[in-house]
Amino acid sequence: MSASTTLRVRIWRGGADGAFHEYEVERRPSQTVLDVVTQVQRRIDPTLAYRYACRVGMCGSCAMTVDGKARWTCRTHVDAVSTSDRLEIAPLAHLPIVRDLVVDMAPFFDKWARAGGSFVPTRTRKDDFARVEPSTRQRRAVDAAIECIGCGVCYASCDVIEWRPEYLGPAALNRAWTLHNDVRDGAKAERLRKIAGSDGCNACHTHESCTLRCPKHLAPTASIAGLKRATALAALKGRL
Amino acid sequence: MTAAAGTALPFSRSATWLWIAHRGSAVVLAFGVVVHLATMIYAVHHGLTATAMLQRAHATLAWPLFYGVFVVAVAVHGPLGLRTVLAEWGRLRGPFVDVGLAAFALLLLVSGLRAVYAITLA
Repeated sequence: MSASTTLRVRIWRGGADGAFHEYEVERRPSQTVLDVVTQVQRRIDPTLAYRYACRVGMCGSCAMTVDGKARWTCRTHVDAVSTSDRLEIAPLAHLPIVRDLVVDMAPFFDKWARAGGSFVPTRTRKDDFARVEPSTRQRRAVDAAIECIGCGVCYASCDVIEWRPEYLGPAALNRAWTLHNDVRDGAKAERLRKIAGSDGCNACHTHESCTLRCPKHLAPTASIAGLKRATALAALKGRL
Repeated sequence: MTAAAGTALPFSRSATWLWIAHRGSAVVLAFGVVVHLATMIYAVHHGLTATAMLQRAHATLAWPLFYGVFVVAVAVHGPLGLRTVLAEWGRLRGPFVDVGLAAFALLLLVSGLRAVYAITLA
């Protein structure tokens, strides 16, 4: 922990045309970035807008840009990201700012829908449970990618989204990959058509920023690579 | 494309084929560039004259075949890469860009094959 007892934190205020405002908060041991934002709102300026829910890294609602990098703020200790007595907190990149640190997540989740992110069952409630062996290749692929909490950190960290705003993005494609490997799902061919193309999985440049930043340590890049193979194979077989 | 593909991304099938062509040509070029560089280094280190090089280039059909494939891969790979750069860094997309890039590909192909013919066959 820094020797300083105060933290000078710059926080984005307003909409897209807003600006950073500086606040001074008490520095404490094991203080998270979310603690800092909460301290500013509770003690200094109650008009500060931000979003959080679970505070334990499950809900995915508190992601913000901390010193230029997208992070989940509830599980990010100030000491881990700031060696000085300064901190800069901004809303997530690549999404419209509603106010202060709150962004509109609708474009992010709309892309999940566009990528065929819904499970399409092949059985009815009258059928027995599907039995999926944990050791199968497909089930292991699902296991590796399924723990996404939809925080948007990967989306905000992706260079391709910056250059190609229509790109579906790492989270939506990661979701599509889990469904592509779900043996119970009945819409695989249709989903591949939804995620193929220059605004789909083929746009990924494998920069791996999503994999580097994912707070759940998932590898959306690997999921997207799997989708690239699947779409290429489908095209070669005339099924795309 | 079936009716179920109504919500597919625009041109998803053709874009996937272009992606396959781009990556496939990259594989060819990865091999071709190594051979090309090795050939150049060999020629320089052995002090081959222009006449000697031309004689060797004419000696076997392997050279026109190799450089013919090389030129085709360049004509496919270069414009497709440029297409991505223009779309992402220049926000330039659409049929006009594609027509221009197709013309660029044709220029690379014709001028490249012309050079291969001149050095290895003519």
